[in-house]
Amino acid sequence: MNTWHKVSTVDEIPPLGARVVTTAQGDIALFRTADNEIFALRDKCPHKGGPLSQGIVFGKKVACPLHNWNISLEDGNAVAPDVGCARAYPVKIEEGVVYLGMVEMAEVN
Amino acid sequence: MTKMKLVMVGNGMAGVRTLEELIKLEPDLYDMTVFGAEPHPNYNRIMLSPVLAGEQGIQDIILNDLEWYQQNNITLHLNKKVVRIDRNKKIVYADDGTEAEYDRLLLATGSNPFILPVPGKDLEGVIGYRDIQDTNAMIAAAAKYKHAVVIGGGLLGLEAANGLALRGMDVTVVHIMPWLMERQLDLNSAKMLQTSLEAKGLKFLLEKQTERIVGTSTLPPLQGEGRGGDGLNGADIPHLHPNLPPEGEGASSNRVTAIRFKDGTEIPADLVVMAVGIRPNTALAESAGIHCNRGIVVNDTMQTFDPSIYAVGECVAHRGVTYGLVAPLFEQAKVCANHLARMGIARYQGSVMSTKLKVTGIDLFSAGDFTGNDQTDQIVLHDVAGGIYKKLVIQADKLIGAVMYGDTKDGSWYFQMIRDGKNVAEIRDHLMFGQSHLGDIGHQGQSSAAAMPDTMEVCGCNGVCKGVIVKAIKEKGLFTLEDVRKHTKASSSCGSCTGLVEQLLASTVGGAYTPTLNATKPMCGCTELTHEQVRQAIFAQTLISIPQIMQTLEWNTPNGCASCRPALNYYVLCAHPRIAQDDPQSRFINERAHANIQKDGTYSVIPRMFGGVTTAKDLRRIADVVDKYNIPTVKVTGGQRIDLLGVKKEDLPKVWADLDMPSGHAYAKALRTVKTCVGSEWCRFGVQDSTQMGIDLERALWKMYAPHKVKIAVSGCPRNCAESGIKDVGVIGVDSGWEIYVAGNGGIKTVVAQFLVKVKTHDEVLEYAGAFLQLYREEARYLDRTVHYVERVGLEYIKQRVVEDAANRKALHARLLYALQDEKDPWKKDNVRAREFEILSI
Repeated sequence: MNTWHKVSTVDEIPPLGARVVTTAQGDIALFRTADNEIFALRDKCPHKGGPLSQGIVFGKKVACPLHNWNISLEDGNAVAPDVGCARAYPVKIEEGVVYLGMVEMAEVN
Repeated sequence: MTKMKLVMVGNGMAGVRTLEELIKLEPDLYDMTVFGAEPHPNYNRIMLSPVLAGEQGIQDIILNDLEWYQQNNITLHLNKKVVRIDRNKKIVYADDGTEAEYDRLLLATGSNPFILPVPGKDLEGVIGYRDIQDTNAMIAAAAKYKHAVVIGGGLLGLEAANGLALRGMDVTVVHIMPWLMERQLDLNSAKMLQTSLEAKGLKFLLEKQTERIVGTSTLPPLQGEGRGGDGLNGADIPHLHPNLPPEGEGASSNRVTAIRFKDGTEIPADLVVMAVGIRPNTALAESAGIHCNRGIVVNDTMQTFDPSIYAVGECVAHRGVTYGLVAPLFEQAKVCANHLARMGIARYQGSVMSTKLKVTGIDLFSAGDFTGNDQTDQIVLHDVAGGIYKKLVIQADKLIGAVMYGDTKDGSWYFQMIRDGKNVAEIRDHLMFGQSHLGDIGHQGQSSAAAMPDTMEVCGCNGVCKGVIVKAIKEKGLFTLEDVRKHTKASSSCGSCTGLVEQLLASTVGGAYTPTLNATKPMCGCTELTHEQVRQAIFAQTLISIPQIMQTLEWNTPNGCASCRPALNYYVLCAHPRIAQDDPQSRFINERAHANIQKDGTYSVIPRMFGGVTTAKDLRRIADVVDKYNIPTVKVTGGQRIDLLGVKKEDLPKVWADLDMPSGHAYAKALRTVKTCVGSEWCRFGVQDSTQMGIDLERALWKMYAPHKVKIAVSGCPRNCAESGIKDVGVIGVDSGWEIYVAGNGGIKTVVAQFLVKVKTHDEVLEYAGAFLQLYREEARYLDRTVHYVERVGLEYIKQRVVEDAANRKALHARLLYALQDEKDPWKKDNVRAREFEILSI
């Protein structure tokens, strides 16, 4: 089951930008698109572990700052022909507050 | 709302590429239907030669499998030949009665091999070389028969001959002209080619004209005829004409047995391949009353004389020219798709073509007009024993054609210059010796891709070997450098192996490869406009923000990509300094965090030390910061300063504050460092105070953003201890003043800086260096170093603008100073955007 954690407000994340959330399960990147949609991915590129939160956000994608892999914000999949996936986390927004859905550690294992 | 209907007749490479381009632009505009006369989905016709040669199978050369048609909702009719177009009702009819209505019709009917109208042309075993069926027929014949004759010593004929020989046949190539590939080669190179092919076992009969092809059942009457008869034609041999092979048991196969020439000689033949050229397949268009002249006549938008009907590919005549190589056809496809998508901005203006023969082990390249005339000059290098021949044809200081044999490594470089119409006056003296930095650095000095073994590394950044690249090109059907970069990563990082990868492309796909025309290359996939067009618009239309640019110039993505956004941000700031707003989200992370991201996500911090001079106080503070923040590595850089590596992002603002030193911009596309020697203050050889000059240059120019990083050095005498010869701006003190060199480079592309001017005073150095850098800032493409920029525009141009035109120099310098006035030190507390560095947590 997902537990919803309040992590930020939409305003605290720059449009076409990202913020990092440190969690017990590792860093998670929160992205905000131009249309103010918020997405959450594990902050680790499937290629060589680059911090995706530091990349340039465009459309619904982010370009990894280390080697420019493009990762889809919606599902964490690398854009073809690259292959790989950064774990995606559910996000909900209520009255401008961003909640991150996380499975408890016990369930992960 | 019902969609418009697009019907395509012909299922080949040009047509399907048009659909691919269209789907990229407007996936939902049309209901699409495709008719293909062959039973196969779109395949890579260029790779038929490797299939024939046994290097690849049919399944390897399929470009779009049936699934692709399904995924894109394309109705595909295979094995159905369209036989009629009703232009009034807008319906096409196939030979089996299938009909399809259209709003837009795309004719991509390709071409047919030209079959010589000689008696015996319809015998079994006489074929053209065009499709999978022909290829299979040849493979089957090779298994069963001995003697093959290929009529036509052009590109296709030679590839067919090579393939048949590899399959064990005894192959003779018959050619009517005095030398092979006369449309692509001159006499010298063709002779060398012939010698190499003869060494592979092929036989050649030149200046031979075929009189008739002899079959099993025609043998007796022919033997009765006298030799040397001249005016004979097929009509007087009744059983050869009309084309009705006897169906009776005994003579079930009236197969070719020999070929006879006009001079009366004859050679045995069990298989005859006609490769004497192609004819655009215009029959369908003509029957529908569409204007044809050699091909289906189209305008620059690929539209035929019927406005609802477009045509692309080998069936087309554009400005009187028909094209048979795939690269120009892909350009047509792109233009056609643009118009079918109702964007209406692209024009096809014809193509310069290049040729590369795909016969393993033979390096041969030609492009443009290599014959020359009385208006042209030639530069020729001919080493008979070494097997190397090169000819360059120059007209009015421009390269217009090239033929190369044996050493083709610079082929794509020459081709690029031909297409770009580049003025070669300045490099004419070494033009023949090629682009020495083809495989710039990190490839063991290798510069000839063809000679490399498959296991040799081409891309040193991403560890990609030749074999991997060639395999990807063949199996994935790649045609462009961009494709190869995407699929293999080769040449996608530092780019130094680009020349090698281009060579591999050229030798693998042959004439299909065309280097991108730099002058018209779009900025990125988000726009059709070039860097120059975008910059021009930003300036002329006073566009001051990225959204405004994207809206005005009709970007086809909502907010660009990681490639165009940083460029636009730079362009807009450069064009409208102190007016345009910086957009941090359009900067690469290093310029957002003002530090250099490392592989583990930490950052490096390099404080500025003007002219490489420091003090005990600064060094003590650096040491204290290292202790306080547990900075794991401290390193002296090549640019005479100190690098603190392994700093956590959240610590950066505190580290900067504690250092209390200016930003070194070691992370930015900006002025990095001004390297100096100690100069006349201390050095017993020094004639100028290079240290002070360096400090003054750095104080004047720090905070200067640029298309790429900028490095400067100042030496106090010609011993040049500061290595000014490999810097963007290199200054060397001499007794009587200062020499200024520009556009050197010490990195991927090691290039010695070129002499710009000698000046007398310290202030002149600041003015000339500043003016040159401002010119570079205003005109270079984003991510071009000065070396690339000056290579493109030429040193003469730089001299005109900076040295000869004093008013322009002063204006440039003034614009630079104006732009720098407002630049802030991003490390100063008030300028730090705190949110960038704060971490959230749960």
